[in-house]
Amino acid sequence: MTCTEFLAQLDELIDDEVTVALRADLEQHLRECEHCEITLNTTRKTIEIYRSHEIYELPESVRVRLEKAIMAKCRKC
Amino acid sequence: MSTIQTSGTGEVHPDVLLVERAKQGDVQAFEKLVRQYDRQVFRIANHITQNREDAEDVVQDAFLKAYEKLEQFQGNSKFYTWLVRIAVNESLMRLRKRRTGKMVSIDEDVETEDGSVPRDLADWSPDPEALYGQSEMAEILKKTIQGLPPGFRVVFVLRDVDGLSTEETADALGLSIPAVKSRLLRARLQLRERLAKYFRKNGKNGGGK
Repeated sequence: MTCTEFLAQLDELIDDEVTVALRADLEQHLRECEHCEITLNTTRKTIEIYRSHEIYELPESVRVRLEKAIMAKCRKC
Repeated sequence: MSTIQTSGTGEVHPDVLLVERAKQGDVQAFEKLVRQYDRQVFRIANHITQNREDAEDVVQDAFLKAYEKLEQFQGNSKFYTWLVRIAVNESLMRLRKRRTGKMVSIDEDVETEDGSVPRDLADWSPDPEALYGQSEMAEILKKTIQGLPPGFRVVFVLRDVDGLSTEETADALGLSIPAVKSRLLRARLQLRERLAKYFRKNGKNGGGK
């Protein structure tokens, strides 16, 4: 398996959507290719970091204000 | 697309009951839906408009529009997916208003090779999050994702942060499944490439390209 072939399956591997046979091939490639192993691990880490950090926090005060405004208009609908 | 309202056990998604009650005039049921999803709508709106005020307006407008159109919600998709579609359209409208004359779209495919082939192959620090404080980290993540085309950002956020499936993301954005898949791969790889200079081993300042 080449690195290009590995990369084409990267998302499926990360999302655990590969067949047993394909997974074995991908893992074999990883044992032989440090670059692809780093790419896989750091891509996983990228997702994990974005998942665990809220970069657009909605402050509770703003949230309450928006909810009040929405519900006031809904009641008039 | 198959109905995704029910789980394997045939259980009805709680949102469906809330929507049914809201359709019959139960405003409190709708309020529960607002409280459940306002943070996510705010997040998506920010990722598209990149403007806090606009994002706040989008939260209001998207929920009001959803309330007005509730009768049209057929339950073929999740309520949240349906709501995201409204919020994305509202966000794009806001963006167009700000950038008068400039076409804004998330469905045009952006031909870019930038970062889609891994180039920075240095390993990262074992705990990159320990390298930065909370607010510094938030700034890095914001700046990094803002560098991606809007269509990539939204696909990444819906799939990887919100946890929607490929099918739900395609449904919410009006994109084909192959388009979602191709954008997700490129978005993940480009973010990884851009974050590498902050998170690589041996010093957070060592990688400034």
